[in-house]
Amino acid sequence: MFDNLSNRLEGIITKVRGKGRLTESDVDEVMKEIRTALLEADVNLTVVRSICNRIREHALGATRSKALDPGQQVVKAVNDELTRALGGETLTITYASKPPTVVLMAGLQGSGKTTNSAKLAAWFKAQGRNPMMIGADLQRPAAVEQLRTLGRQIDVPVFSDPQDPILTATKGLEEAKRLGRDVVIVDTAGRLSIDTEMMEQVRLISGAVNPDYTFLVIDAMTGQDAVQTAEAFHNTLKIDGVIMSKMDGDARGGAALSVKEVIGRPIAFASTGEKLDEFEQFHPDRMASRILGMGDMLTLIEQAEKAFTEDQAEAAATKLMEGQFTLDDFLEQMQALKKMGSLGGLMSMMPGMPKELKNAKIDDNDLKPIEAIITSMTIEERTFPAIIQGTRRARIAAGSGTTVADVNRLVKQFGEMQKMMKKMGMAGKPGKSKKGKGAKGGKGAKGGQKMPKGLPLGFDPAASGFEIPGLPGTPGMPGMPGMPGMPR
Amino acid sequence: MGIEFFFLILAVFVVAFGIGVVLLNRRKSVGQPAPGRPTPPPARPPVAQSEGDTLVAEPEVDSEVDSAVEEEPPAGTLRERLAKARSTFAGAIAGVLGRSAITDESFDDLEEALLRADVGVAIADELLSGLRVKVANKEITEPSDLLDALQAEMTKRLVGSDRSLNFEPFEPGNPNVWMFVGVNGVGKTTTIGKLAKQQVDSGRSVLLAAGDTFRAAAAEQLAAWAERSDVDIVRGADGADPSSVIFDGVEKAAANKVELVMADTAGRLHTKSNLMDELGKVRRVAEKGAGTVTETLLVIDATTGQNGLTQAREFGEVTNVTGVVLTKLDGSAKGGIVFAIETELAIPVKLVGIGETIGDLIDFDPEEFVSALFER
Repeated sequence: MFDNLSNRLEGIITKVRGKGRLTESDVDEVMKEIRTALLEADVNLTVVRSICNRIREHALGATRSKALDPGQQVVKAVNDELTRALGGETLTITYASKPPTVVLMAGLQGSGKTTNSAKLAAWFKAQGRNPMMIGADLQRPAAVEQLRTLGRQIDVPVFSDPQDPILTATKGLEEAKRLGRDVVIVDTAGRLSIDTEMMEQVRLISGAVNPDYTFLVIDAMTGQDAVQTAEAFHNTLKIDGVIMSKMDGDARGGAALSVKEVIGRPIAFASTGEKLDEFEQFHPDRMASRILGMGDMLTLIEQAEKAFTEDQAEAAATKLMEGQFTLDDFLEQMQALKKMGSLGGLMSMMPGMPKELKNAKIDDNDLKPIEAIITSMTIEERTFPAIIQGTRRARIAAGSGTTVADVNRLVKQFGEMQKMMKKMGMAGKPGKSKKGKGAKGGKGAKGGQKMPKGLPLGFDPAASGFEIPGLPGTPGMPGMPGMPGMPR
Repeated sequence: MGIEFFFLILAVFVVAFGIGVVLLNRRKSVGQPAPGRPTPPPARPPVAQSEGDTLVAEPEVDSEVDSAVEEEPPAGTLRERLAKARSTFAGAIAGVLGRSAITDESFDDLEEALLRADVGVAIADELLSGLRVKVANKEITEPSDLLDALQAEMTKRLVGSDRSLNFEPFEPGNPNVWMFVGVNGVGKTTTIGKLAKQQVDSGRSVLLAAGDTFRAAAAEQLAAWAERSDVDIVRGADGADPSSVIFDGVEKAAANKVELVMADTAGRLHTKSNLMDELGKVRRVAEKGAGTVTETLLVIDATTGQNGLTQAREFGEVTNVTGVVLTKLDGSAKGGIVFAIETELAIPVKLVGIGETIGDLIDFDPEEFVSALFER
């Protein structure tokens, strides 16, 4: 997300870097770039203006000051402003003292209310609550059936009454009390913010259940209209937070920032995939560091946590560090990795990735030949790739539908990777004593959350000193700055 | 792209994850399980009447549906309907006309209007720079002429394409197939429902193929529409291979000499390469039998921002999109992204959705679309 923005900012740095002094026209040029970048990310025009004005103030201040590197100051102004605009605390749910805690879901058609109702229910369940869902969308054909199906998948009961949405809500709430459910999620029909009749209906539903939280579901791909919609719903319902849906796409940009800025309510949750557990609390600071091209390690790790089992990961990491990582392990890790989402998506969350890598169009299909080659090897070959010579090579190439050169390259690269890992393992040594280091690692990981802010802007990845050998066209490999718990 | 790239990436990932996961897991108190994620939700037969885990008897799908749609729409033109929410350009128009001459502010006003309509920076710049030249050359001097010129310029960008839905008069037994693709929640199923009814009313025989086997109850939703237009529907189990469902639909249509198969597909983000591949396969398999895909319609939500262009590009790559359906244009969003889609990708907008009733899916008329923006 905001890739454009990061790239443009980089461009700006190169342009103004080294200038002893910024003129006002330099600033104007820079501001134009920033404005375009924000607009292309679908940040609302009004918000763009206010952000740009503030950045400009800072930047002009920088032209007057005799600071060493005014260019850096401009970039810093941009960073600060974005972090501020998006910033704030993660929304914490306060449960009603007299259960149930009632959550009302509202939004336009197709924003993802029904799916996110179920995702939210699953989330509450994971917090140890007993949610129930009420299907008050009687408008869309089979919407209630969709909710019921989802309810079955996560084992959460669903109440609905086909007669009337308001009646459904009232009766559903009664039912929840009777059953002792402590969280109730009310799914409502999608409606346009200018449809007065439907807006009145949702106001009545809200009045009937008196929700503790009203969440507005907004599609992350929404353009300039996001703000208008949010304002209209906020005026009718008093929104407590926003759920950004479809955050796993490549656009999810400006809507997030704009809505927060305009209605002053935080983004509470983000939906990051099609599966019901691909749903997480929104952490503004993480998102800010992602915008700034500093990656989002914490989210990455949380995703990894879901995709890899603990034992598996620990075993792999140990092997890796000790240089005993075989092609078989590699294959296994690669397959687990795929569960986490597209490589491109993961890439965007990695901190400190050089532009060459970020811009490389990574297609998950390109992994297939690698998989094919490895699966065409015998176990012995996977364990000791060194034995792969002449005829074996030819056999593997034929078996995987690749060429001998491909096989060669893979084996060679793997060898180099192994060497590198071993070297890193020596340098890093993140805890040989398994349980003993737990506390320390924990502390480090926590610190990682704040780390991006502390990073120097002109952060030079190469300086953090680990390089991947034999890589054409890549100027050394960056370290992993935001890496939680990595002893430094 | 060399293999080494992936090695590099994977290496970094594996390391990062390995270490990260281990550390994080250690930090977490013991007993916090981090289970491997199970593969997709269990496929269940979509039969509705399982009451064991629901609290109230299954509502009749129809009863919900009909009440919402019974009353026939107040037939309105695109322009009338859009005029409801025309505030976007109104301010700019007032601003431009309120000045006795064309100034920089006039252009600022227009730029703002264009950007707020999601036209995008690039197209807005193009549109306005042409006008700036004309103003500088004194070809345009009056503020009202400036508005007219912009309107003409915008209309010009949209006209010229063939916007009719392509239907070939094949021999009986060789159905036309219209495929509907798009990201999640744009209104594919609803569009098919409405269009099916219209096609039936205009005398064509239609069959619906419920190719969205992923979203819960998507087939039920389509079935409700099928019933409303009294057409056949072919559906598979939840989680079934969409290609085979659509293939079956085409086969059945061929056997029954149905002329037109409308194939629904699951919404998918264009960034998910596996799902996009699946869609490519659906497109290919749809033509394996007696059918020919004569339309692939990309459904786009009018609220979509600049990402709409990427969507059109990516879907176009895997399915050869032949037209766009712009839905939810009756809201406050303007759908300006279609200018970029038509200009850069030359994919014509064929239909627009302006309401919830069947009659609210109408042909796209570029002149009306643009003039609705300029409604004074």
